[in-house]
Amino acid sequence: MNHEKRTLEFYALAVFFALFVLFLYGPLSAILILSFQGATGGLTFPLNGVSLHWFANLFERQAVGDFGGSFKRSLVLGLMVMIVTVVVSLLAGLAFRQKFRGATALFYLAVASLVVPSIIISLGIGVVFQQIGFRPAWYTSAFGAHLTWTLPFGVLIMFAVFNRFSPAYEEAARDLGASSWQTFAHVVLPMIAPSLIGVGLFGFTLSYDEFARTLMTSGTFNTLPLEIYGMTTNVTTPVLYALGTVTTVFSFLVIVATLGAILYVGRRRTRA
Amino acid sequence: MTVALERPAIAAAKPARRRRFSIGAVAPYLQSAPLALILGAFLLLPIIMIVVVSFWDYDFATMYPDFLTTNYSDVLGSGVTWKTYLNTIKFAFIVWGLTLFIGFWVAYFLAFHIRTTAMQMVLFLVCTVPFLTSNIIRMISWIPVLGRNGLINSTLVHLGLVPKPIEWLLYSEFAVVLAMVHLYTLFMVTPIFNTLMRIDRSLVEAARDAGASGWQVLWNVIIPLAKPGMAIGTIFVVTLAMADFSTVQVMSGGQSASVALMMKNQMSLLQYPAAAANAVVLLVLVLLMVAGILRIVDIRREL
Repeated sequence: MNHEKRTLEFYALAVFFALFVLFLYGPLSAILILSFQGATGGLTFPLNGVSLHWFANLFERQAVGDFGGSFKRSLVLGLMVMIVTVVVSLLAGLAFRQKFRGATALFYLAVASLVVPSIIISLGIGVVFQQIGFRPAWYTSAFGAHLTWTLPFGVLIMFAVFNRFSPAYEEAARDLGASSWQTFAHVVLPMIAPSLIGVGLFGFTLSYDEFARTLMTSGTFNTLPLEIYGMTTNVTTPVLYALGTVTTVFSFLVIVATLGAILYVGRRRTRA
Repeated sequence: MTVALERPAIAAAKPARRRRFSIGAVAPYLQSAPLALILGAFLLLPIIMIVVVSFWDYDFATMYPDFLTTNYSDVLGSGVTWKTYLNTIKFAFIVWGLTLFIGFWVAYFLAFHIRTTAMQMVLFLVCTVPFLTSNIIRMISWIPVLGRNGLINSTLVHLGLVPKPIEWLLYSEFAVVLAMVHLYTLFMVTPIFNTLMRIDRSLVEAARDAGASGWQVLWNVIIPLAKPGMAIGTIFVVTLAMADFSTVQVMSGGQSASVALMMKNQMSLLQYPAAAANAVVLLVLVLLMVAGILRIVDIRREL
């Protein structure tokens, strides 16, 4: 069917797809443009001149609360979640290749982690910490809350990766006399490296943007999404858009860097 | 002859294999332990705790261990709560229908109409990237578009199509549905695209050769085979929409309610047992929905 002429269906769906992309990116570009609003401009178009006023405003402490501190916390938390997600998902993926008691139960627990409403996890962890007498903090309770969201993604991705992974490569390595560690480090790991980088990206971005699970678990100090959520109700200047632009650009940089890393690893492997 | 030669080799290998077997038998438990521990501590334990607390007594500041069913009778006996639950289900249902429609056609276009794999991947990434940016920012980004003086209203007024700005674009149920579709459609596109890509193209050709029209191929071959992807996407969208409170709060401007938003308000009033009772009811509802969908599809096979 690939050699047929373009049908009417193709053009209709192409228009539909274009509209969908516009729907996805249109509003985002609106706040991107409006964040360069002049100093006297408001929350909507038209632009009253072009300036960096609201970006400068962002870094004045009193204007938007604690932007620098919350950004730093979200960044560190995202990195912590990323590392744990990659390691734990990889180990669990390896475990699921064999049969073991409780495998099905653990698998469905991971799926449950995905479907349990986030606010319930937030409330539950909050109550558990309160009853044990621990103070909730972004690096303990919120850290665990984020893992309940990132780990199922990581585990499901690793599950899918190992489903398609032929054991022939490992058998070949073993036949050539490689130990099981050598087989893992020199055969399995390089082959699944791009997927692991993908899991890392998921872990970081899902944590960096997570908000419902942080609500009851962040303790005294806010993460960036909580800070932004607070701003939606009480900030009525384009500084909100400036913050949106900065965090979105940061997310894009992370995504581009990750894709670059995946391409680099993939190309190095095909060259080798 | 060969049999005789192999026999001692097997005999020699046996002890070694037994030793490897014993290490191999422990390995999956060690490898899955971190996952089990984390989910146990931050998923199972909190849910058990919520169930326990939902029977406790409370006043304005603290809660007291007890065994009361009043929290549940408050939840199930209140007309406002019933309305909120119905409202939440209504949002979830509408958003599900829209995301399924949009998600299927987008995935179908990518899988069956884009000819090169490279282009497929690029367009798929274009769809995925917004998923990796902040939900709240993507929600806020509708304000300058839908607002009273927003892009759509000013354009419509400018063109003379409406005499004055349309009020129901922002801070309305319409805005809530629009924002949820905007946030969650990607969860539908990805699994459907995944299953469509795995459909054997020779099935489509066979249907064509047997004289099926384009629509017949779509309706009798592609859609039935895409059902597992649709089911997984449905699980994502329905559970996300049922659990949503921020979209409802921000986009309805406080004029609409959802179960999770009601819970959030109870939590800010420190009425944890009341929130916990709501949590249990919501959890049972969501798990029943998911169990229903899982009867149609085996996720382990679809990954």
